[in-house]
Amino acid sequence: MKEQTRPYSRGRRLKNQIMSVITNPYNVIVLIAIILLVYLIVLPLFDMLSTTFKLAQRDLRAVPGGQAGEFTLYYWQRLLASKLSYSMLIKPLLNSLLIGFGVSVCAIALGSALAWLMVRSDLPFKPFFSLAVIIPYMIPSWVKSQAWLSIFKTPRIGGAPGFVSSMLTKMGVTNQAFLEPIAYGPVAIIIVLTLHYYAYTYLLVSAALNSVNSELEEMAEIKGAGKAMILRKITLPLVLPAMLSAVILTFSKAIGTFGTINYLGSPVDFRTLSSQLYSNSKSQNTQTAFAMAILMIAIASLSVFINQRLIGSRKSYATIGGKGGRSTLIGLGKWRPLITFILLIFFAVGIIMPVVILIIESCMLVEGTYSFSNFTLYYWIGAGNPDIMEGVPGIFRNSNFMLALTNSLKLTFVNGIAGTFFGQILGYMCAKGRGKFHGGLVEQLVFIPYLIPSVAFGGIYLSMFSKPQSIFGVQLVPALYGTFALLTVTSVVKHLPFASRAGTSNMMQISGELEEAAMIKGAGFFKRFIKIVFPLSKGGFISGFMLIFVSIMKELDLIILIMTPKTSTLPYLAFQYQNQNCPQASNCVAIVMFSIVFLVYALANIFGDADLAKSMAG
Amino acid sequence: MSRIELVNVDKFYGKNHVLKNLNLTIEDGDFMTLLGPSGCGKTTTLRVVSGLEKPQKGYIYMDGKQIVNADEAYFAAPSERNLDLVFQSYALWPHMTVFDNVAFGLKVLKENNAEIAKKVASALERMQIGEFAKRFPTELSGGQQQRVAIARAIVSSPRLLLLDEPLSNLDAKLRVDMRSELKRLHHETGTTIIYVTHDQVEALTMSTKIALYRKGELVQVAPPLELYDNPCNLYTADFIGNPSINFVKGTATVDASGLTVTSPFGTQTYPKADMTDVELANGSVDVTLGIRPEQLTIATAQDDNHWTKAKVYSSMPAGSETLVSLKVGDMIVTCKELCSSRYDSDQEVWLGFNPKKVNVFETAGEKLIKRCV
Repeated sequence: MKEQTRPYSRGRRLKNQIMSVITNPYNVIVLIAIILLVYLIVLPLFDMLSTTFKLAQRDLRAVPGGQAGEFTLYYWQRLLASKLSYSMLIKPLLNSLLIGFGVSVCAIALGSALAWLMVRSDLPFKPFFSLAVIIPYMIPSWVKSQAWLSIFKTPRIGGAPGFVSSMLTKMGVTNQAFLEPIAYGPVAIIIVLTLHYYAYTYLLVSAALNSVNSELEEMAEIKGAGKAMILRKITLPLVLPAMLSAVILTFSKAIGTFGTINYLGSPVDFRTLSSQLYSNSKSQNTQTAFAMAILMIAIASLSVFINQRLIGSRKSYATIGGKGGRSTLIGLGKWRPLITFILLIFFAVGIIMPVVILIIESCMLVEGTYSFSNFTLYYWIGAGNPDIMEGVPGIFRNSNFMLALTNSLKLTFVNGIAGTFFGQILGYMCAKGRGKFHGGLVEQLVFIPYLIPSVAFGGIYLSMFSKPQSIFGVQLVPALYGTFALLTVTSVVKHLPFASRAGTSNMMQISGELEEAAMIKGAGFFKRFIKIVFPLSKGGFISGFMLIFVSIMKELDLIILIMTPKTSTLPYLAFQYQNQNCPQASNCVAIVMFSIVFLVYALANIFGDADLAKSMAG
Repeated sequence: MSRIELVNVDKFYGKNHVLKNLNLTIEDGDFMTLLGPSGCGKTTTLRVVSGLEKPQKGYIYMDGKQIVNADEAYFAAPSERNLDLVFQSYALWPHMTVFDNVAFGLKVLKENNAEIAKKVASALERMQIGEFAKRFPTELSGGQQQRVAIARAIVSSPRLLLLDEPLSNLDAKLRVDMRSELKRLHHETGTTIIYVTHDQVEALTMSTKIALYRKGELVQVAPPLELYDNPCNLYTADFIGNPSINFVKGTATVDASGLTVTSPFGTQTYPKADMTDVELANGSVDVTLGIRPEQLTIATAQDDNHWTKAKVYSSMPAGSETLVSLKVGDMIVTCKELCSSRYDSDQEVWLGFNPKKVNVFETAGEKLIKRCV
């Protein structure tokens, strides 16, 4: 053959290699994605780290002979080894850990127990319970805190009496000091956060339980094991990996949370790392705030690391068993009515009552006065009365509310679409690149925002994008402070871990051969994506959209530092009303927001078959 | 209608050496079957030819035109090779109707709608699934999906058709029907076909040539009956044929006149003309006789054609044929009689075969030294 004898040419090889990389759009997109991820995730981290070593203009007085921008250990030294360390760092750190551990233990116990009851036992009314159990996930934790305050707050600290307090007053109990540790502080925070985060455990563990073949348990029964022993020796070890994943999720969320701490901790001066970080950021102590953020990232990374060591190769236990064809329910026997009763009470008190109280309180002219004469719709539709709320009209007549509502809807829609889109594309890369270098890199990069506490994440982006971004003197991004774009970028990037994980599991379901068949037909990358990949993953697109929508609608911690009056959203407005001591208006906003979340969730369930567990697995 | 030539092709998956210096030529119009146990590199060869995988070394030519030159990192895109592939899983797009599945490739080529409709209709008609055009793949049975997959592959009249175990997901009866249809398709279109299977019956019945693989290497490339009659070594002899060939250990001497073999089946001599080119040591060498079960015949009494005494071990009549296991000394051999016959266990019988029809292999080198003629 003539060509066979043609001498080997290094030049042609190089040309062919380069051509094959650049003519394949997939490679180009992967490259762009990696560059963007490095720019949006790795760079801010470095920026943050270097900021903590740079002396700021305003701290010149504290460092004799220092110059602005100079390298300094001042901030770290002040934080870690100074007289201020205890109050600045150690105490908040201990508080954070207390909250983190407390919430983890309670939420795991509650969530696992509920999951077991729902999946494996013969509990009655399961359809009702399975909906009720999910509702707490849809109510943001700061709304729960608000409801908690509405029930328990005391006149001495809260200004107006809560539901319990006013009932007690009616009954003639005047010494209400015992209410204070219930209403405020670590116990209140742990209870409220537990009621919020148990949903993660519930979703993860019930998915794991569902995949455990009940024949495994039946085998143990044949061998003579009792129910308790089967649970301890067979079921529990099988769902342990899922429970450990839930611990990490809960722990890192709990130490990063800010809203609840602000509502329930601040009044009694209970501070955690995240609330310290917020106040440091607010008061322009950026360097200190970032140093704290780095410590929080370290804690989160450590917990993920420990988790991976613990789970190790056992990670896929549950899936090895596969979907056990038949699942025999375990009888609760004589406990059944009692357990059912307890659960009903739990849902009534823990979930329905807070919502009801919120609604009632939003219609009370004066807080804490439970009588019909006090009933008003002013906070909803009032025209503006100088005697109430300094003349601010009810929310439906309030331009601030309308602005926040529009902003929220705009933000969630834009984010839902952009986040899902990027999530699916990144998921596509993770799925196709599994076992390859680029797939692993994308997966690692995308995971990083998960480790950064929301408040800190907002802080980094605020400092990074408040000045124009340029490379080699060419301005790439103008200063984004106070713009909608900054909100969008922050939310999209922070939600990438969730979105891309949902995208990965979505893309994994599409067999590679379906694409190869199109490749043989001559369909290029974009044609394949539009004609094959996208139509097949449409369901995942929709449910991914709904999940991000719900999550961003509730978001407060992440965007609280970025907010300006023009870009305020519903959660932020509620937060402001609460801080201005006007809980009724705050409640109105919270109710509107919860309604939207609930509606979207219902739509997602009906149309998108949204699987909450799927997107948060792992 | 094209000639494919693979030259020194090497393919690695990580450290796993899947194709080892593969050289294979597929002539224009061949029905070439790649046969071998699972994990031996058949499907990888197919994917390398299709362009879905890039080999690390080697060249591939299609009608003399280079489509792969691994040294220079040149790999023609799959769509530039004018071929089509039927996947084992069929890989039908579940969100498209049968018509859209088949029409997809033509739409990519931007052919006009009338032309597309005509070609699709003709392809569907050829596979006898015209009435399912508007259905979705999930609404079809496995056999019908199979037909859609083939229709999708042949609609653009590729010069080369690649089939990756297309019948393995069908039930036994349907598989037999599809075999004859594929053979008919090959006859009518004249397209060159590369067909991957681990089922030797499919390979033997359909192909014009079989390439037998073993751990990433080619063992033998030959027409089916040649492969069956004269396997080039013990591996091939053992792999091809169901029930398996009988191996009988013996010794042999070679001289100017030919080969003399001594075994529990007595002594046979073969002329030089029946022997292969394999060089043998002087004196006595260990050999293995390969006797196909259907070559062994059984008689109840000794005669000229039945000279070895044997004892019936078990007898398995299956209607059209009977498989009989027999003990010759300590050795068990299988005999296939094309009739329904009955033997009692432990019955004494006499065995014989036509000496010309057996193979002789050198035991140490495993190579064929005497052909079946």
